[in-house]
Amino acid sequence: MANQTLPTNAWPADAAPYDLISPSRKRLGWALMAAATLGLLAVIALEILYKTEADTVGFETWRPVVYAYVLWGVAIGIGQVLTRGEDGQRALFLLPALLFTIAMVIFPTLFGFYIALTDWNLSSFSGRKFNGLANFWQMLGDPYYRNALFNMVLYVLAVAVEYVIAFGLALLLNAQIRARKFFRVVFLLPLMLSPVAVSWMIGKSLMEYRFGPAATLARHLGWENPAFFSDPIIARIAIMVLDAWTFIPFMMIMLLAGLQAMSREVLEAARVDGANVWQTFWQVTFPLMLPVSVTAVILRIIFKLKLADIIITVTSGGPGGATDSVSSFIYREYRDRSNVGYGTMLAMAYLVIIIVFVTWLLKFANRFVRNVN
Amino acid sequence: MSVLTTEYVASEIRSPASFLASRFFIYAALAFWAFVCLFPIYWTITTSFKTAVDVTQGHLIPFVDFQPDWKGWRSLGLSPDSIFQTSTVREEFLKRFMNSVITSVGASSLAIVIGSLAAYGLTRYRYHFAWFKNEDISFFFLSQLILPPVVLALPFLVLYREVGLLDTRVGLILLYTLMVLPIVIWIMRDQFNSIPVELEEAALVDGLSIWGAFFRIVMPIALPGMVAAFILAMVLCWNEYFFAALLTSTDAKTIPVMVASQTGSQGINWWSMAALATAAIAPLAVIGIALERYLIMGMTAGAVK
Repeated sequence: MANQTLPTNAWPADAAPYDLISPSRKRLGWALMAAATLGLLAVIALEILYKTEADTVGFETWRPVVYAYVLWGVAIGIGQVLTRGEDGQRALFLLPALLFTIAMVIFPTLFGFYIALTDWNLSSFSGRKFNGLANFWQMLGDPYYRNALFNMVLYVLAVAVEYVIAFGLALLLNAQIRARKFFRVVFLLPLMLSPVAVSWMIGKSLMEYRFGPAATLARHLGWENPAFFSDPIIARIAIMVLDAWTFIPFMMIMLLAGLQAMSREVLEAARVDGANVWQTFWQVTFPLMLPVSVTAVILRIIFKLKLADIIITVTSGGPGGATDSVSSFIYREYRDRSNVGYGTMLAMAYLVIIIVFVTWLLKFANRFVRNVN
Repeated sequence: MSVLTTEYVASEIRSPASFLASRFFIYAALAFWAFVCLFPIYWTITTSFKTAVDVTQGHLIPFVDFQPDWKGWRSLGLSPDSIFQTSTVREEFLKRFMNSVITSVGASSLAIVIGSLAAYGLTRYRYHFAWFKNEDISFFFLSQLILPPVVLALPFLVLYREVGLLDTRVGLILLYTLMVLPIVIWIMRDQFNSIPVELEEAALVDGLSIWGAFFRIVMPIALPGMVAAFILAMVLCWNEYFFAALLTSTDAKTIPVMVASQTGSQGINWWSMAALATAAIAPLAVIGIALERYLIMGMTAGAVK
């Protein structure tokens, strides 16, 4: 750690910010950062030249560029401490996460926008061709993509039902019961399980048409033909149930925490005023729980928008694309048709839709909570 | 006052009968949901001990309905009689299992390290990078949560091939770190906010550097929060399927990919699938039961003020 050997300010907390950094140390820091930046740019330039076959010296893969980026990050960190002292040390807390996220998100997303504008099929020999907005026009006319988007609306709406169940469970766990810890662990368990394993355990096995216990039970209850995944509407509901099974505990735990944080006095005051259980819930508990509820529902919707694993493994979007979520549709677009260009365009369009939707959702939720309270 | 309220509470419950009815309803609902949660797990575990006939006839209770058999576990090479013999399936399984362990532990650790540092910085100091202030930087990190995997998957597929990280554990670790980083920062920010600043100010006065104060004073206090964040990150990474399915093929395949790849084949081997699913969920089920407190702590961070 470089900062241990450096002269550090003995009274950093609220002492006057007098400058302890000598000009030569500052110069050293600037030189280091400049050298690192030049080095990084040089490696990138070399690699571009090599890849475009403008020169013969270079590396097989782009991996050295990754190493160069890491080294550059380290050099920037040391440079910050050298040139800015305490401020630099503070910046050091943030730098690793920031550099990591920028490298991992910004660059691939920009690259993704470029891929989205190309005609690129991995299985064809022609390679990557820039084709402008052709993918975009194709997307507008794609009924399967529209269907997947529509399904996402349905899946997101299912969160309302999940919320009601989760709230009910949270109330149950918050009641005066014995073995509360046991029930809490049991109720939490589905969240631990991998969606893929759950798809198999429930979707493929419990709901198996011929001898799955769920199908047998459905037959006993008078449903003669309990095929969960052949009718489009029932298949959608089955997917929602599967997803709800894994994710209800998530909302339940947040709501339970909210219930436990509520002050007893308020509830008792309501009782003293003669409110019955029903009135107490609607006029005291529910309004007080609103902020927690909004947080839980928004987080749940964000997770819901990523829904893919269950659909990919249980129905592969079937029957006839009826259960497809956007993610699972794009997954198959790539896996089955190797259509990278078009798939990326779909993904990027989805990203834009999600950003707009979530931004609106956050604004709306903020206003909603403020108006009610 | 308290006497008064208890009287009211007592009068609220009109009769022993309605009290009993409400008790009964509560426990019935609890039992029902416990059944809903546990039955699929029970079904999977018992199926791994069934033979083909037992599966197709829908037998449910071991020793009563059917005679348990090690069939499913034998096909994985994990039954008592096959555990000492060489088994290619077991080797395959153990390889996938280790891949899952390494990627999820690696990614969670990396995310905890850089996420905690960033969260600490954001709660304690004012930054301004260009026109970005603390709130903007926090929002930048947390907004990554919205990003669906599918948006990053295809660019990463291409980039990883160029960089030589396709089908490597390092590649997966980097992506998973990215995936759990917003959650870690969310939890840790909440943790650090709950630690009084006076502690560090005292430490600084006593001559510790900024980083010294962080490592010696703040980190020990924030350790439970770190454990919580780590476990939550572990769960998410262990269960991740989308990236693993797209970005790995032979070397770095994880357990979920292995489970999923079995389902497509014709004539499902129920018993071996069940054994595989059991083995895939067992580690997390154990962690979940043992460290439930931390999990709940992680999930409720920042939800309740």
